Amino acid sequence: MLRLEARPEPSRAMVLLTPIIAVVATMIAGGILFAILGNNPFTAIRIIFWDPLFNDMVASYTRPQLLVKATPLILMAIGLSFGFRANVWNIGAEGQFIMGAVVGGGTALALYPLESALVFPLIIIMGGLGGFLWAMIPAILKIRFNANEILVSLMLVYVAAQFLAAMVTGPMKSPVGMGFPVSRNFNEYQSAFNAELLSNTGLHFGVLVMMGVVIVGYIFLTRHIFGFQIRVSGQSARASKFAGVNPHTTVALCLGISGALAGLAGLFEVTGPAGKLSTNFPLGYGFTAIIVAFLGRLHPVGILLAGLLMALTYIGGELAQFQMSIPAAAIQVFQGMLLFFLLGVDILVNFRLRWASTKEAR
Amino acid sequence: MNLIKTLLAGAAVATGLAGAAFAEEKLKVGFIYIGPPGDMGWTYEHDQGRKAIVEALGDKVETTYVENVPESADSERVMTQMALSGHKLIFATSFNYMDHVMNVAKKFPDVKFEHATGFKRADNVSTYSARFYEGRAVIGHIAGHMTKTNTIGYIASYPIPEVIRGINSAYLAAKAVNPEVKFKVVWAYTWFDPGKEADAANALIEQGADVIMQHTDSTAPMSEMKKHEGIIGFGQASDMGQFAPNPRVSSIIDNWAPYYVERTQAMLDGTWESTDTWHGIKEGMVEIGEMTEAIPAEVRASAQELADKLASGEVHAFTGPINKQDGSAWLAEGETADDGTLAGMSFYVEGIEAEIPN
Repeated sequence: MLRLEARPEPSRAMVLLTPIIAVVATMIAGGILFAILGNNPFTAIRIIFWDPLFNDMVASYTRPQLLVKATPLILMAIGLSFGFRANVWNIGAEGQFIMGAVVGGGTALALYPLESALVFPLIIIMGGLGGFLWAMIPAILKIRFNANEILVSLMLVYVAAQFLAAMVTGPMKSPVGMGFPVSRNFNEYQSAFNAELLSNTGLHFGVLVMMGVVIVGYIFLTRHIFGFQIRVSGQSARASKFAGVNPHTTVALCLGISGALAGLAGLFEVTGPAGKLSTNFPLGYGFTAIIVAFLGRLHPVGILLAGLLMALTYIGGELAQFQMSIPAAAIQVFQGMLLFFLLGVDILVNFRLRWASTKEAR
Repeated sequence: MNLIKTLLAGAAVATGLAGAAFAEEKLKVGFIYIGPPGDMGWTYEHDQGRKAIVEALGDKVETTYVENVPESADSERVMTQMALSGHKLIFATSFNYMDHVMNVAKKFPDVKFEHATGFKRADNVSTYSARFYEGRAVIGHIAGHMTKTNTIGYIASYPIPEVIRGINSAYLAAKAVNPEVKFKVVWAYTWFDPGKEADAANALIEQGADVIMQHTDSTAPMSEMKKHEGIIGFGQASDMGQFAPNPRVSSIIDNWAPYYVERTQAMLDGTWESTDTWHGIKEGMVEIGEMTEAIPAEVRASAQELADKLASGEVHAFTGPINKQDGSAWLAEGETADDGTLAGMSFYVEGIEAEIPN
């Protein structure tokens, strides 16, 4: 019988190397998959990982697009990482992302056509607030009734999606949208539009906020008492009590921060790249952010890199689709392999496989 | 062994391939699809059109596509990547790509865009669509004859003119042969979601519908109909012939192939111009799929006659007298609808007992 035995002290070097090993393993397994599908695996891997960054024809466009695509993922993943470190499992970032977009975007639609420099700051605050309040529902239920935050936050994703659908088929439907359940386009509303800061780069205000959050997140985690508190809460609830950590405060803070950041991500996305609220607005970023958080080792700098890597697989995946006719499903399998190998390698870093007789195992 | 060979061969050429692929002088034609070509409906027919280009123009062209492109910033990015990598003609095959097509077209004046079912054009953006409502009239005619419960179910996608026009056209044709007929409409708010479409089909069957029409792209409603005795439906966008002779008794087929070949040929000839195309049964963009034995012979004959008359222009699917749902007059006796009104149709005709979601 094979069994897993905890390593007394996982190698620090291996912990840091895990994502790289996982990426290499994904390339190999993905390459085999592409070969079975009749594609040249080396070209496919080159198109996915190399061309978006360095191809003469497309890279000048795709490089900034990596940041645009990665921004909501990184914003949400950093928020989630605090909770995951403290054993507070917010699985519903997708719902908080939607609510941020609906509350912030809805505020903008309500103010239309008022042009004022205050509109954009206001909707940013409303977006963050929308996500924050949505995350407070599982937080309060957890604190008050000890309800499982995984289930509550996940279920609220579907509630948020239905709320969005009700809004865009009703009060937020565009008067000029030909009956489509789509809001007014935010690029028609100068004061609320999350425009490109430099033309043809795609870089918007949310990208700057994301970079700020990476830095602040890093300081919080490594230099601030809050970072210490969430780490100790995750390692041992009992020890954290002795250290003076109030577990209720930890739950509220972790869910609140991740909710607010998800709300901000939703607001920046809807007023910028997406451009409008519609039932097609949620694309699963909130779930992908969970992968990004773990791929980045729950560390802000790691998450920054992981988010960019994830964006690379999306954008490179599109290139591979139309240059090599690789089906979209194969690209998704490829992305799924990334998490699979990460978790697999993770287990081997923390545990070792032992042959053991059945008797001994008992 | 084959795998190893592929891997080795791949390693050998991978390094040198980058430049070579772009060096050829082929016209690159790109497609973005809302669903997968395997939907056997809407996207399938667009992909058939793409294949027809390859067949007709061979090595003068190279076609590429990306499937499952959301109607979001992602579509803008995919089209931009296509334009940057040398595509000169790009087909965007869903309505809500519209603003994104316009944005990309502005940045690439040398690249031509073809946007299906849209209404925004530019010097390098053409729009095209088919008069699906002519096909709706033919299957409405069949449905009116075939229903025993006098209840026809309709799985609708979004309450846009395109869909509302189809419901009206089918209703008028059904009512003309069966004054007792009633329509039940379920809004799925999706073009392609097999789960939701199947639910909608079941809901309609439970409400007594024995004929079901769909304006969504998957074959899921067909699979549901197949589970029930005596329920029939029609292939949508594609023939869906795998469900013949029952529950699929006929179909409306979107045949994009001639248009796609013609437009690509125009690019090769240097004669491409921005146009707005709206073709019907006459031009072959709308086809009626084979009517199966499940339909009585005389109904097959009368349906075919209607299709022929729609093609020749002898009959128009919207011929007065027709009132709007609220009872107000729309078309006088013998008057036919003009294209402008049809293109923006946002009302039901008299007799439909449903409301357009608002």
